[in-house]
Amino acid sequence: MKNGLKAVFSFARLGALLIKEFIQMRRDRITFAMMLGVPLLQLVLFGFAINNDPKSLPTALVAMSNDQYTRAIVSALQMTRYYRFDHVAESAAEAEMLMAKGAVSFVVTIPADFARRVERGDSPQILIEADATDPAAASGAISTLGTVASQALLRAQGMQATAAETAKQQLRVVVHQRYNPEGISQYNIVPGLLGVILQMTMVMMTAMALTRETERGTMENLLAMPSSPTEIMLGKVLPFLVVGAVQVAVVLAAAKLLFGVPFVGSLTLLLSSVLVFVLSLVLLGYTISTMARSQMQAMQLTFFFFLPSLLLSGFMFPYRGMPGWAQILGEIFPLTHFLRITRAVMLKGANFNAVAAEIGWLSVFVVLFAGVALARFRRTLD
Amino acid sequence: MNVIDVRGLVKRFGGKTVVDHVTMTVGEGEIVGFLGPNGSGKTTTIRIMCGLLTPDEGEGTVLGFDIRADSLRIKREVGYMTQKFSFYEDLTIGENLEFVARLYQLKPVEDYVSRTLRELGLSTRRNQLAGTLSGGWKQRLALAACIMHKPKLLLLDEPTAGVDPKARREFWDEIHRLAGGGLTVLISTHYMDEAERCHRISYISYGKLLATGTVDEVVENAGLTTFVVQGPRLGRVAEALEGRPGVDQVAPFGATLHVVGSDKAALEKALADVEKEHKGVTVTPGETSLEDVFIQFMAGSKDNMA
Repeated sequence: MKNGLKAVFSFARLGALLIKEFIQMRRDRITFAMMLGVPLLQLVLFGFAINNDPKSLPTALVAMSNDQYTRAIVSALQMTRYYRFDHVAESAAEAEMLMAKGAVSFVVTIPADFARRVERGDSPQILIEADATDPAAASGAISTLGTVASQALLRAQGMQATAAETAKQQLRVVVHQRYNPEGISQYNIVPGLLGVILQMTMVMMTAMALTRETERGTMENLLAMPSSPTEIMLGKVLPFLVVGAVQVAVVLAAAKLLFGVPFVGSLTLLLSSVLVFVLSLVLLGYTISTMARSQMQAMQLTFFFFLPSLLLSGFMFPYRGMPGWAQILGEIFPLTHFLRITRAVMLKGANFNAVAAEIGWLSVFVVLFAGVALARFRRTLD
Repeated sequence: MNVIDVRGLVKRFGGKTVVDHVTMTVGEGEIVGFLGPNGSGKTTTIRIMCGLLTPDEGEGTVLGFDIRADSLRIKREVGYMTQKFSFYEDLTIGENLEFVARLYQLKPVEDYVSRTLRELGLSTRRNQLAGTLSGGWKQRLALAACIMHKPKLLLLDEPTAGVDPKARREFWDEIHRLAGGGLTVLISTHYMDEAERCHRISYISYGKLLATGTVDEVVENAGLTTFVVQGPRLGRVAEALEGRPGVDQVAPFGATLHVVGSDKAALEKALADVEKEHKGVTVTPGETSLEDVFIQFMAGSKDNMA
């Protein structure tokens, strides 16, 4: 019995495989640099591109009259530095056209009777249409709108010293978010990136694991020596757990220092979930590795998996905005569950009970992928 | 007990039978040469024996372990040297040996590794990447790595392909030294001179085992007659001989022609005719070489396939 177990698993043999993997990892400088560089690069690129509160957004003004109130509001909006009025549209249709082309992000419409209504104290309105195809970009600009506009109006009226109090209460800023009414908040992105970065590097690296041995001809030798499938799998997969840990540290530190993402939940809970998530990823990668015949195929399979998981997991588009079938499809990606955990823990301070179901899902993936990989692994060259 | 004892091995890839009912025995301490043209099934047969492939039919034991059920035990007791260098080129010589030593759980690892390096004469190059070694050194490293765990059987798949004559000579001296110590060796090769260094040879072609025995036995059992033809304008003589009944092979050897045939009477008649037609040509009986036999085998088995 003891001998039987020894045949299946030995720490000494696993140790041999692990040491070998670490040496190879260290020696393959480019891949190693990529594993550390990819998270940083992605984080900075994605993070700043998506997360930064963009300023100086091109704006079209549709002003029916050129009175002092209109001028006051326009200059106040300009002062926020969010809006850059570089188009003056003659008509609503022209402004519409500009936005459809993507030439402007905002259209500010000040109606012809605006001045008259202000003076009469008859709830004046301005309309702001925002191109919300990139909702994160518009959200900052929109949030400052109400106060800025009423204060501007207030100042303009103060100079006139008429009916200031009424107007302040009555100015209505109507905001229309166009094209995509559901906005993704900025803070959604960085915690999501943690999952995406881990998925990209972990799955891709382990997907190469066995195919690289096969392509270099070392697989034959490895199989001819006494090493069991479990040992080979763990030997391939565990080193990447360490790499994953480094990546997590980098992303979390950057989230805090570069992007100031609030972290309200338990770090222990987050790290435990990350561990299960990474384990499911490396095992998935290893499963791909048992299917692919070459490193090229492994790469293709990884991307085949990568794209839908990005689109359907709720990283790019709001999960609840997807149709029912797409939501069900989204459930089959570990990333979907991890995103829920990481957003809930980091942003909402969720406790274990709140995310237990999602962690359970991830554990199911771990067991499933490990099972499939071991079943698919051939200890012969047949 | 035979170290290798396999019967009726069959292996098919797709619809192609690569190993066709191969039966083979190798006794303890024997060096057996495994010969045959490219693609004849040598590598496949060796892989079946060390548990890397499962045979479609047939059975047998290696070192007393069943080739189907006990492949893990076989792997631990056998040293298998692959045709292509299959250690890690991005690991140093030392790291490769350490990896192998740990995988076979040899303790202490350092003792095994440093002794092996010393024996190889590679102690000073321990930290050199294996990928930077020349062909001959790669082969020596591979051999050292697969005998480190003191296997009882060595399976060597064309170990000397692309290795210079001096390195080959040293390699064979090492093989004989190991066999003297009781190690059994099955070695596949293309080279006739290497075949003659084996105790016994087995010839395989298109998956079928065609001959087995000592070199002399194989040559004798082939039943070939060889004549040596000398004289002027041998090119013409060769052309004249080609295709005549009884003449199976005409091969120039330096200033002579080796003419080989399996039907002695027909061959003698053909040669007598040619001797008459070409002035100054002399025919003397020659010795059939192993190469002649193999060429004959190859021609014969091609006919079978067609």
